[in-house]
Amino acid sequence: MSWLSNIDYGAVLVWRRNADVFFKTWKTNFLPSILEPLLYLVAMGAGLGGLIVGLKYAGQDIGYVRFLAPGLVAISIMYGGFFECTYGSFVRMHYQKTFDAIVATPVSLEDVIAGEILWGASKSFLNSTIVLLVIQVMGLTFVPEVLFAAPTALAVPALAFLGGLMFSAIAMIFTALVPNIDSFNYPFYLLVTPMFLLGGTFFPISQLGAAEPLAYIFPLTHVSILVRDMSLGLVRWVDLASFIYVLAAVVVTFIPAVYLMRKRLIK
Amino acid sequence: MPVVSARKLVKRYDGFLAVDHIDFDIEEGEIFGFLGPNGAGKSTTMRMVQGVSPVTSGKLEVLGMDITRRSKEIKALIGVAPQEDNLDPDFPVVRNLTTYARYFRIPAEEAEKRARRLLEFMQLEEKADAEIEELSGGMKRRLIVARALINEPRLLILDEPTTGLDPQARHLIWERVRELKRNGATIILSTHYMDEAEQLCDRLVIMENGRFLVEGRPKDLIQQVVGPCVLEIIDPEEGRDIESYLVSVGAQVERSAYRIYAYSKQCQTIQSGFRERFPDTYSTVRSATLEDVFLRLTGRRLRE
Repeated sequence: MSWLSNIDYGAVLVWRRNADVFFKTWKTNFLPSILEPLLYLVAMGAGLGGLIVGLKYAGQDIGYVRFLAPGLVAISIMYGGFFECTYGSFVRMHYQKTFDAIVATPVSLEDVIAGEILWGASKSFLNSTIVLLVIQVMGLTFVPEVLFAAPTALAVPALAFLGGLMFSAIAMIFTALVPNIDSFNYPFYLLVTPMFLLGGTFFPISQLGAAEPLAYIFPLTHVSILVRDMSLGLVRWVDLASFIYVLAAVVVTFIPAVYLMRKRLIK
Repeated sequence: MPVVSARKLVKRYDGFLAVDHIDFDIEEGEIFGFLGPNGAGKSTTMRMVQGVSPVTSGKLEVLGMDITRRSKEIKALIGVAPQEDNLDPDFPVVRNLTTYARYFRIPAEEAEKRARRLLEFMQLEEKADAEIEELSGGMKRRLIVARALINEPRLLILDEPTTGLDPQARHLIWERVRELKRNGATIILSTHYMDEAEQLCDRLVIMENGRFLVEGRPKDLIQQVVGPCVLEIIDPEEGRDIESYLVSVGAQVERSAYRIYAYSKQCQTIQSGFRERFPDTYSTVRSATLEDVFLRLTGRRLRE
């Protein structure tokens, strides 16, 4: 794996390119992250949540909207990185030939892949931080239940970046393997959507009954656990396990992502 | 010391030999051309020189450094204008250049200065703030050449720089290439246009099936392979022994669908004899060109 040593400051330059493009139109780019949590809080929190009574999380009673809000943050962490490093990276690689142009400079292909994954993680960080801010503003105004005052809530954006690295690297593996852009339907419908619905986001995974242990396979389950516990100020053993899962997954997915992209692009 | 030096250079993909043990040296300050039909191995060779395609075997040194071990350093010193449009559609014209400059770690202020100067050099200064999709094909090509010059390269690689351009745009690129050469640049160029190669290249190779068919100066190659002139017989009538007649008077003969080409040292003499023998067949004598060399060596059938 001597190719890992080809990664240096060039990765930051690739990250800068993507950041420059994003901030050119930042107002439109931030819009979904502002509107989505509002819609979910109203529809699922107020609408559906009013019907739910007796919900327990980590042994304590909890209102549905308070349970749901950290799940929305976790979802935005997943989608931020996953979208960027599937559709976003594929368009830059295949249609725009941006990678070809960059590797003709002293920036290596490994730098390009690392820079793309760093940028995907940054999207997770940006999107989820806005979602969290919107939720906190709602908490201070109309929906006091979703105010998260625990000091650990302040570290959620840092976790979002780490989780973003994991989701971006997983996405990059698919980008290295798909024959064309339509093939992203497979990872989205077979992996991302099931995680979105079943990964401890809209209901506690204990509801899955006998299938509960299977939910721990999903990367999103661990991110949901960590975001929720940090938001609520809970400290449990499972948090340590989930943190180790995410940390290990970053390494375990980053290496094949770079390897498979090299295999796809170096001819 | 040569700027590029290749010995027994080989590139193999999936069992297919794209470049087959070639040797060449490119000297400082010259324009060196790679010619050949599609699939001959020109682009593959150029991509190895750029350090983006790994060498299968053999030795390849660029600016005195081994390409397999020091590609990042080499890439910092060369400029590449690829065949394909890979300008960044997410940025307007001038930011294409400054963003590219950043990959070379050129400080922002200096990048801005160079970008403005290069836009002027390629006559694009009025398009500085235009989006890439608003540019014509010729403007895109000029911008790609400008981008290749942003790091003030010691070696410039132009892969089919004028393919698909109108005559004005081609001539502008030719002028700029000559100007760069006058200022001491070493340039590698690939092209399908023989007039372009004849006009620009100091030396060239014609490739086929991954090997060099010939190597030399355009004028010398024309003399060696074809001779000084060509007698062209236009629309020869079928069934007449024109070809055997021309061979009998000592010409080398090539045939295409509606033409016969006779290569010889004494075209005028042959033409007078020919006119006496075949008074109704139209013929003309012209100077031999690189196109004749190319077609003699690679044949006239279509490559797919």
